[in-house]
Amino acid sequence: MTDVPAHTAVTEHQQHPISLYLLVWGLLFVLSACSYLVDYVGLQGYLRWSLILIFMMLKAGLIVAVFMHMAWERLALIYAILLPPLLVLVFVALMVSESHYVLFSRLTFFGAAP
Amino acid sequence: MSAPTHSPVTEPLPRPSGLVGFAADWASDQRTFKNVSWGKAMMWIFLLSDTFIFGCFLVAYMSARMSTAVPWPNPSEVFALHIGGSDVPLILIAIMTFVLISSSGTMAMAVNYGYRRDRRKTAALMLLTALFGATFVGMQAFEWTKLISEGVRPWGNPWGAAQFGSTFFMITGFHGTHVTIGVIFLLIIARKVWRGDFETGKRGFFTSRKGQYEIVEITGLYWHFVDLVWVFIFAFFYLW
Repeated sequence: MTDVPAHTAVTEHQQHPISLYLLVWGLLFVLSACSYLVDYVGLQGYLRWSLILIFMMLKAGLIVAVFMHMAWERLALIYAILLPPLLVLVFVALMVSESHYVLFSRLTFFGAAP
Repeated sequence: MSAPTHSPVTEPLPRPSGLVGFAADWASDQRTFKNVSWGKAMMWIFLLSDTFIFGCFLVAYMSARMSTAVPWPNPSEVFALHIGGSDVPLILIAIMTFVLISSSGTMAMAVNYGYRRDRRKTAALMLLTALFGATFVGMQAFEWTKLISEGVRPWGNPWGAAQFGSTFFMITGFHGTHVTIGVIFLLIIARKVWRGDFETGKRGFFTSRKGQYEIVEITGLYWHFVDLVWVFIFAFFYLW
């Protein structure tokens, strides 16, 4: 019997035109230049932070989606890899609260020592 | 009682797509990642674990910076270079960013030529990627030398909060180590591609198994991840 064993993966090779990679390469250059300009121009405050985060997420998205071919994978892999890192945000929230408390203790009880 | 008869199946049934496909792939008693080889899946899972390592480093940096009562040194001034009579802020870091992005571009093209079985172009592009990576590490070594000569130490620096030095050396040091390992990884695989190991079926020195051009894509995944981590370090450590 010529059954294909059920455990054999049908591996698909990603084949996309080179021009797509060149386009993303160019976009990453532009986005990097933009994020550098944020510092060069000297923007401050919420405008600076939001621009940094926007350019960062756009660059990360382009790298993961196109260069790492995540855009063409099945949802089973996409969710397995991209959802767990979101839990780091919970950790961030915990540590923001903790940092505020540490700073409060330092200012209140140690007279602003490091 | 007769045994159940199997109809001869010559090709796997098409899998559903979207959320239904996600649920079907993760359902029990089967392999989850349908069209991804074990090598690629394991590299992705390793990269997921590495994400948590760098995530912890960046969270540690955030906590140190948020909880110190001493002003944080201004990265824009600390990493400025004196060029042509004036200080250009962050210029070396910007060049390092462009170098690393270029290396990602050449790596993506190397993967493409690998699947076309174009040995020469694949090996040449991988060597170019490794060269960009080595350039990046070289510039990082220059940056470390400059900062150390200016008095930055893990326990203090001339400009402000002592935690600046420790987080800087830990985060960029770990990232630089990743780049260095990536360069070595690239050189090993580029040599195999150049020699034609994946055409002749030569067995690897470590695993004693025959390789495939897919290893170029797996190397590429690691390399793009190193670039990805730099995107976050650049945003949070240098620009914030």
